[in-house]
Amino acid sequence: MADHPLPELTPLSEPYWKALDQGHLVFQRCTCGHAWLPPRLQCTACLGDDWRWERASGRGRLVSWVIYHTAYHEAFRSRVPYNVAIVALDEGPRLITNILAPASALARDMPVTLAIKREQGFALARFRPA
Amino acid sequence: MRGNIVIAGIGHTAFGKLPGRDTVSLNVEACRKALADAGVPKDAVDAVFVKTPTSSRELMYGQKLAEALGLQPRMGCAFDQGGAANVTGIMLAALAIEAGQCEVALVCYADNPRTGSRAVYARPRGDDAAYGWFSTAAGYAMLHQRYLLDYAPLPEAFGHVAVACRANGAANPNAQLKLPLSMEQYLAAPWVVEPLRRDDCCLVSDGGAAIVVMSARRARELGVRQPVPILGFGQGQTSWEVVQRPELTSTMAATAARTAFAMAGLAPKDVDVAQIYDCFTITVLMTLEDYGFCKPGHAAGFVAEGRIAAGGDLPINTSGGLLSETGMPGLQLVLEGVRQIRGTSTMQKKGAKVALVSNQGGTMHTHATLLLGA
Ligand SMILES: [Zn+2]
Repeated sequence: MADHPLPELTPLSEPYWKALDQGHLVFQRCTCGHAWLPPRLQCTACLGDDWRWERASGRGRLVSWVIYHTAYHEAFRSRVPYNVAIVALDEGPRLITNILAPASALARDMPVTLAIKREQGFALARFRPA
Repeated sequence: MRGNIVIAGIGHTAFGKLPGRDTVSLNVEACRKALADAGVPKDAVDAVFVKTPTSSRELMYGQKLAEALGLQPRMGCAFDQGGAANVTGIMLAALAIEAGQCEVALVCYADNPRTGSRAVYARPRGDDAAYGWFSTAAGYAMLHQRYLLDYAPLPEAFGHVAVACRANGAANPNAQLKLPLSMEQYLAAPWVVEPLRRDDCCLVSDGGAAIVVMSARRARELGVRQPVPILGFGQGQTSWEVVQRPELTSTMAATAARTAFAMAGLAPKDVDVAQIYDCFTITVLMTLEDYGFCKPGHAAGFVAEGRIAAGGDLPINTSGGLLSETGMPGLQLVLEGVRQIRGTSTMQKKGAKVALVSNQGGTMHTHATLLLGA
């Protein structure tokens, strides 16, 4: 079986993936109050760099999703059809993820909750219907 | 500066599969034809604005092209805004001419993803490839899905766009895909990335296009036969990646259009024919709404009434658009806008006085609007 495509760890992104590995979803919060993902060095609201990692509640809502019926990578060949979704966390940041539910169970703005799942031992932030 | 600047000539290569041709040579052919159409000698050109090829990135591409054109222009650059770069190139040329920085500009674009590499369209989207997030199409599918959730249009709404463009392409001898599409065929086609069906997605094409831009005064001096005045233009950039975008069913296209209409002193109701960027059918519905042709969420009704089809009050993509003429991102739409004002389209809107062109790039990140008039 083909290797699953996995994130490339950088000094900036490593704390994010390490936290997931330890069972927590984190995001960045600036002293100005703005919160975001994916990791970046400066706040897009105030452009400052005085931010820290904050633990997310793991609750969010489903913004949109797509269903892949063909695989663009060997590792997904046995998984089609599979969904890729946008989830907005209650704290604001948005991320690309998968919803652990059949397409028929997905609905506009439905509440979802974090379900960390591993690929080849690497922890990913997936979600399930809340 | 409304009407001060004109499109003096247009040219394009064949569209489709063009093996053995690099993008520079496609650009040169399109430029040669555009200059011939304008009746202007190459030596009159003192500026070259080219959009970088989407399928491959090269350093100093603008200079490679200027060298191949045998030019030492006063101004020139290769730049990237995705598909909006074509109309933006025209805008840059117009502003530069108005400011006395150059007199005669070539604006061109070429690419060869069909015989070269189309890997860019199937690319992993950064770290999110871990979740299976791949391809250009999937980004548009996200917008399409949210549109379905917000407004609950029938799938036929998207089908009307595809069917209209394909009918226009079938009437255009230069179109890459001259195969009309029925609504039944549209609905029966397989998913690409659901909710995108096969015919929601544009073609992948080799080809090039070019236009010649100059002042109306210079066009008179050079004896240009059919100059088409530029009435207005505008831009807007949504910037956020799809996942970060607070609003998925509306973009800065609204700002681009508002700017262009204000510059031209026109309103949507004045537009006779529109070339609306149709890399995916969702972009057409969202653009119709953002431009003010109909209210948010009302594009489905607008297209269902046949208004965008040939013979409707706002025919779109009269040479087939990206869905049928060529998947080349954007400049062919400007060429067709020029033909409509000249009265030479293969799907001519009778008496067209105002033609609108929309260009957009990324996943509706960038947007540019052009208004042409008689
Ligand atoms: Zn801040």
